[in-house]
Amino acid sequence: MNEVLDFVPIWTLILGLGIFFYVLLDGFDLGVGMLHGLAPDTDSRNIIMNSIAPVWDGNETWLVLGGVGLLAAFPLAFAIIIPALYFPILVMLLALVFRGVAFEFRFRDAPHRTFWDHGFCYGSAIATFAQGIMLGAFIQGFDVDGRDFVGSTFDFVTPFSLMTGIALVFGYGLLGAGWLILKTEGGIQAAARRHGKVCLVAVLIAVLIVSAWTPLQHAEIAARWFSWPNIALLAPVPIATALAAFGTWRALSGRSEAGAFIGAAILFTLSYIGIAISLWPMIVPYHYSLWEAASSPRTQAFLLVGTLFLLPVILVYTGWSYWVFRGKVRADIGYH
Amino acid sequence: MELDPVFLSRLQFAWVVAWHILLPAFTVGLASFIAVLEGIHLFTGREIYLRISMFWIKIFSVSFGMGVVSGVIMPFQFGTNWSRFSDATADILGPLLAYEGLTAFFLEAAFLGVLLFGRKLVPPWAHFTAALMVAIGTLFSSFWILAANSWMQTPVGYEIVDGRFVPRDWIEIIFNPSFPYRLAHTVTAFYVTTAFAVVAVAAWLLRTGRFVAEARIMMSMTLWLLSVLVPLQVLIGDLHGLNTREHQPAKLAAIEAHWETARGVPLILFAIPDEEAETNHLVVEVPYLGSLILAHSLDAEIKGLKDFPREDRPPVALPFLSFRLMVGIGVLMLAVVVASWWLRYRDRLFDSPWFLRACMVMAPLSFVAVLAGWTTTEVGRQPWTVYGLMRTADSVPPSLTGSEVLVSLLGYMAVYLIIFPAGIMVMAKLVRKGPDSIESDSPIESGRPERPTRVQLHSEGEAP
Repeated sequence: MNEVLDFVPIWTLILGLGIFFYVLLDGFDLGVGMLHGLAPDTDSRNIIMNSIAPVWDGNETWLVLGGVGLLAAFPLAFAIIIPALYFPILVMLLALVFRGVAFEFRFRDAPHRTFWDHGFCYGSAIATFAQGIMLGAFIQGFDVDGRDFVGSTFDFVTPFSLMTGIALVFGYGLLGAGWLILKTEGGIQAAARRHGKVCLVAVLIAVLIVSAWTPLQHAEIAARWFSWPNIALLAPVPIATALAAFGTWRALSGRSEAGAFIGAAILFTLSYIGIAISLWPMIVPYHYSLWEAASSPRTQAFLLVGTLFLLPVILVYTGWSYWVFRGKVRADIGYH
Repeated sequence: MELDPVFLSRLQFAWVVAWHILLPAFTVGLASFIAVLEGIHLFTGREIYLRISMFWIKIFSVSFGMGVVSGVIMPFQFGTNWSRFSDATADILGPLLAYEGLTAFFLEAAFLGVLLFGRKLVPPWAHFTAALMVAIGTLFSSFWILAANSWMQTPVGYEIVDGRFVPRDWIEIIFNPSFPYRLAHTVTAFYVTTAFAVVAVAAWLLRTGRFVAEARIMMSMTLWLLSVLVPLQVLIGDLHGLNTREHQPAKLAAIEAHWETARGVPLILFAIPDEEAETNHLVVEVPYLGSLILAHSLDAEIKGLKDFPREDRPPVALPFLSFRLMVGIGVLMLAVVVASWWLRYRDRLFDSPWFLRACMVMAPLSFVAVLAGWTTTEVGRQPWTVYGLMRTADSVPPSLTGSEVLVSLLGYMAVYLIIFPAGIMVMAKLVRKGPDSIESDSPIESGRPERPTRVQLHSEGEAP
């Protein structure tokens, strides 16, 4: 066995990227799903849905990769975190079922269209809220004994996790609005700009609360951010967040069509980096580090060989499929 | 009442995987069928193949969507309900599942969008490539998931370190003893299931006298395929059985309901196995045939269940009966295929009402056969999650309570009982519409304002 090579950093990077792609890509999908519920009429709902019809399935695949990637690279984390989040995961999965089948059923099962519309919109919202709760519960940490979660079923319900749940709803809403501004025109685009502004304000409030609350809960996290010289080295993160927020607001208010989506993506990136800085090097917060939870080097090496080849290929053909469907969506072409 | 989290978790896994497996059973074969149709259309230019393909693509799209959403649920089951199993086996099974995602799911998802919605946006060859990639993706997926499943049945290539399975030899792990047989048997079963579904739709169209030209092509093509695959499946199934006898003798004993180890055992055609009394009731058997089929020799020794301690025995009645159900349906399939040879020879393939009716009945039965075969092999693996090494009872998270699993099980049941009937209804509606003319059919064609066909762009690009 090769003990010289440490695969943990690269797996941290790959998995971190995989989960980030999920958040970004399914984030805008789910956000579009929620905004779909606010659309005034069937025509605009058709356009909104068609804007993600060719790509949602690929976007959701990153969730599977995140799950099995965690299982393969950091099995101990998988075996503790997933049972600890039993009900949020259940709710998320069932909600994703409804919003996923809605794509086909909505257009092919006209008598129950309203039902599937609701399934799409509420499914997206509930899945997002559940993911936000998971994030909050993850940051707060779990009761662990040995290699098992030993807490109880509803440990995940805390004011903090409910708050992160709501925050993610607005966060994905912002991404979704950015996507719709990019892909639509006229009334739908104007509505997306309005919704985007509401979401942006709410997201910023939430980011502020989380940023204040997280260090308050854990002295180590406070020390990491506010001790010298860290405070100087890490200062760019909040400063960049403020700048990105300002830019996103400008893009939502002005004529830019790509600015809002890019701005939202940057905000997500910075928040993600912020959480990573707070929790590093923990993968089961406050119990196990990335290295302690890692699978055997032989496991990580075997998967790495293929991943280093496959992941770029995946990015290329996924990029190609996005490129095929580039440009604006219109009502007269698409699912009818 | 005490609710058992292990039993309920098994029930939940059985529920979600049983519904899920119906979809790959259909989409693996259908993806290949669509790729073949698209290929024929591309190379011959015959429009009828395009019409047939577009008809099936719509149905594929519904079933694939349902496959995706019910599939996303599966990996999370390993964590929510089987975390101790996951912790113990992840070093081996984790990469296999991850490779399924990396080689299959992304390929299917990315090219599915182009297959469904991109016909007018990309050149014909690229659209055909998309169809091909989706088909290849479904096969890659089968490869990895069955490698993982087979390793649970016949684990090799591992070491045990601190109670966890750690890989020693990846080739041994992937190509474990039962894998080649299981892969061949399952993928063939999926193709056969799809083929019977296509034949059934064609038979229905012929009976109602609509889209007769399309229906004849579908029927003729798939019956040729079945003429090869059904006899082949009998052969593969036999080899798979020999493999089970070698590596999972307790499972084989349960499948055959043999309690005593003996030579020259009979083939029990029917019985009611009694696990308490360790015997069978209402036995109908054929002498010596058991040894002949199971070991290809009249006096071969077949191990009986009493050779295994009670706590290491699988349930008997369920594998015994589900196996007979599967084989029974297989015999009917063979009968339909043989009848098709005779009718084809007599030139009556498309107008024998009794045969068309039989074809329609075979479609649901072929799905039942998939479920029965799966039940046989998975229940027969009990009481182990990793055969002979890790018990099912030791695989669940200690934090999990029976009432929690009951709630989640009821949740999955409620949702699946809405989604699956709705999906079947939607597909039935598409079938009733039939392979419409291409013009009136309009799946989403574009995400773009004007319709610049890339074919033109391409040729302009090539001009000097």
